[in-house]
Amino acid sequence: MATQHSRSAARLMMAPAVILLLGWMLVPLTMTLYFSFKKYLPLRGGDLGWVGFDNYTRFITSSAFWPSIQATLIIVGSVLAITVVLGVLLAILLDQPMWGQGVVRILVIAPFFVMPTVSALVWKNMFMDPVNGLFAHLWNAFGLTPVEWLSQASLTSIVMIVSWQWLPFATLILLTAIQSLDSEQLEAAEMDGAPPLYRFAYITLPHLARAITIVVLIQTIFLLSIFAEILVTTQGSFGTKTLTYLVYQRVLESQNVGLGSAGGVYAVILANIIALFLMRIVGKNLDA
Amino acid sequence: MGQITLEKVTKKFGNVEVIPPLDLTIHDGEFTVFVGPSGCGKSTLLRLIAGLEDMTSGTLRIDGQDATAIPPAKRGLAMVFQSYALYPHMSVRKNIAFPMRMAGVDQATQNAKIDAAAKALNLTDYLDRRPGQLSGGQRQRVAIGRAIVREPSAFLFDEPLSNLDAALRVGMRLEISELHKKLATTMVYVTHDQVEAMTMADKIVVLRAGHIEQVGSPLELYHTPRNTFVAGFIGSPKMNLIDGAEAEKHDAHTIGIRPEHIDVDAQGGPWQGKVGVAEHLGSDTFFHIHDTGLAETITVRAPGEVSFDHGDTVFLTPRDDKIHRFNAEGLRFS
Ligand SMILES: Nc1ncnc2c1ncn2[C@@H]1O[C@H](COP(=O)(O)OP(=O)(O)O)[C@@H](O)[C@H]1O
Ligand SMILES: [Mg+2]
Repeated sequence: MATQHSRSAARLMMAPAVILLLGWMLVPLTMTLYFSFKKYLPLRGGDLGWVGFDNYTRFITSSAFWPSIQATLIIVGSVLAITVVLGVLLAILLDQPMWGQGVVRILVIAPFFVMPTVSALVWKNMFMDPVNGLFAHLWNAFGLTPVEWLSQASLTSIVMIVSWQWLPFATLILLTAIQSLDSEQLEAAEMDGAPPLYRFAYITLPHLARAITIVVLIQTIFLLSIFAEILVTTQGSFGTKTLTYLVYQRVLESQNVGLGSAGGVYAVILANIIALFLMRIVGKNLDA
Repeated sequence: MGQITLEKVTKKFGNVEVIPPLDLTIHDGEFTVFVGPSGCGKSTLLRLIAGLEDMTSGTLRIDGQDATAIPPAKRGLAMVFQSYALYPHMSVRKNIAFPMRMAGVDQATQNAKIDAAAKALNLTDYLDRRPGQLSGGQRQRVAIGRAIVREPSAFLFDEPLSNLDAALRVGMRLEISELHKKLATTMVYVTHDQVEAMTMADKIVVLRAGHIEQVGSPLELYHTPRNTFVAGFIGSPKMNLIDGAEAEKHDAHTIGIRPEHIDVDAQGGPWQGKVGVAEHLGSDTFFHIHDTGLAETITVRAPGEVSFDHGDTVFLTPRDDKIHRFNAEGLRFS
C-alpha cells in the first residue's frame, strides 16, 4: 500500500462502501434536520411551513427534557458500571479450569441471543410482577411486602433488565482478553511478592484496559438508544423516559414530527458529547 | 546464602510422573545448570524449586530450612522467565521497582537500587521506556534487573537466552557469567543447549525423563561421562558411539570416541571410510565419514588446514587412551 498507484486504487475500491455508508447516514440526518425546522403535524394539517428554531426551543424548554437527559445518563452509566464490574469478575471465574466449562460458557452467553422485547417481557411478567413474579414470592417467603418493581424502583428495574442483556457481551470480550494474558506475568508477580489482589490490580486489570475500553465504547452506542425495554415495561412513566423515548413520544404519540426531529438532533448532539468525553477518558487505551 | 537441597522430590501431573524421586544438592554460590532434551522436566524441576508448582512428595530445603510449604514470594528466590514476563504496561523503571514496591522498600532506596542495576546492565538510557519498545536483549536485561534488586538468595533462570539470536546469546551468556562472578549468588540455570551448560556451569545436572543421569563439573562430564546418554549429550560435535565387533575388541558393549580424538589421514590407520560432508569452520574442519562398517557415520574433528574432498577414501586412527567403554546397560566401566 505504499506507492501512489496502489493508494489511488485503494481509494477507488473503497469508494462504493464509503458512499453507501455516507448516504445511509446522510439521508436520514438531512431529513431530520429538514423536518426539525418545520411545523409538521401529519394528522393535524400536515406541513404547516417553516418555523425557524421554534421546535428546538420548545423541545428543550419542555418539562420532560432535562429529566430525560438525566434518566438516559443514569441508565447508560449504571449499566456500564454493572456490566464492566460483573463482566470482569465473571470472566475471571470462567477462565478458571472447572467442570462443565463449555456448557457454563454457553449459558453465560445465552441472554445475548434473547431479543430485547422478549427479555424485558420475561423480566416484567416472571420476575418483577408484584403478585405472581418470582421476586414477589421470594419477598413473601421472607415475610416482606413485595416490591412493585416497575413503579417503585422503575429506573433500577430497567437498569437490571438492560444489564442482564449486556453482561454476556462484556463477559465474552473480557474473557477472551483474560485468556490472552501471559500466565508467566502473573507468576513473575507472584514471585515478586504481589498478593492476589495486587496481581489483579497491577497485572490483570491493566491487561484488560483495552478490552474494557472497547466494551464501554460499543455498549454506550447501543445503550443510548435502548427503547424496547422501556416500551414494554414502564412506557416511559415513573422517571424512565430517556431522550430516545421522549423523541418517540413526540413523533408518534403527539404526532409532532417537527418537534421530534429537533429532539433527534439533540440526541445526536448528546451522543457526540458523550463520545468525545469517552474518547478523552479511555481512548488512549486504544493506541499501542 | 543460598543452598538448595531436594530430598526425594517427585512431581506428577495427573497420573504422569514427570519427576521420579530425585535427590540433589545445590551449594551456596554455585552456578548449576540443568541440561537435558526438551520435555525432560527441567522447567518443572525449576518451578518446583521456585514454588510455582506443588511437589507431589518430598522435601525442599533452602539453607537447611524446610521450604516445601513456603509460598514462592517468601522463598527468597528470583526467577527469570523464558518469555521474560515483563509487565508490559509499566516502564522499565517501574518493572524493576515492582518487587521492591511489593516489599515496601522506601522510595530513596528503590531509586538507588534501580540506578545501580540499570548501570550494571546498561539500561540507564531506557528506564522510561516500555518493554515493548526494547530489543530482545534489553528485555532480557530488564528481567535480570528485576531479579537483582530483590537481592535473592538464589537466581532461577529458565532458558533465558532461547529467544535471542545467536550473536546476542553469546554476549548475554558472558554477561550472566560475569554477573555470577560479581554477585557470587547461587544460580540455577535451565537450558537444553549443552554449549551453554558447558560454558557457564560450575556444576551440570544432566536430566533425562526427570531422572538425573549425572552431576558434575563440565570437564568431569566431558572426560568421564557416566553412561552413553551423557556421552552423546555433552560435547560438540557428538561423541561417536560404536557397537558390535569393534567394541568387543575393547571388551565392551559400546565404545565411545570423541571426534577430536580421532586422527584422519590418507596414508593408513585401523579404520577406513569415505568422506561425506565436510564442515569448514576455519579453525577446525568436521568430517562426516561414511562406509566405515562401524556406525552409520563417524564424525572427525581435524585442524582447519586438513582438506579432503567428498568421496575421498581416508583412514582414521582413534587415540586408544581416549576411548570410553560402556557395558550392555550403557554404563561406563573401567
Ligand atoms: N502443567 C502441566 N500439566 C501436565 N503436564 C505437564 C505440565 N507441565 C509440564 N508437563 C509435562 O511435563 C514434562 C516436562 O515438561 P517441562 O518441565 O516443561 O520440560 P522441559 O522444560 O525440560 O522442556 C513434559 O512432558 C510436559 O508435557
Ligand atoms: Mg522448559
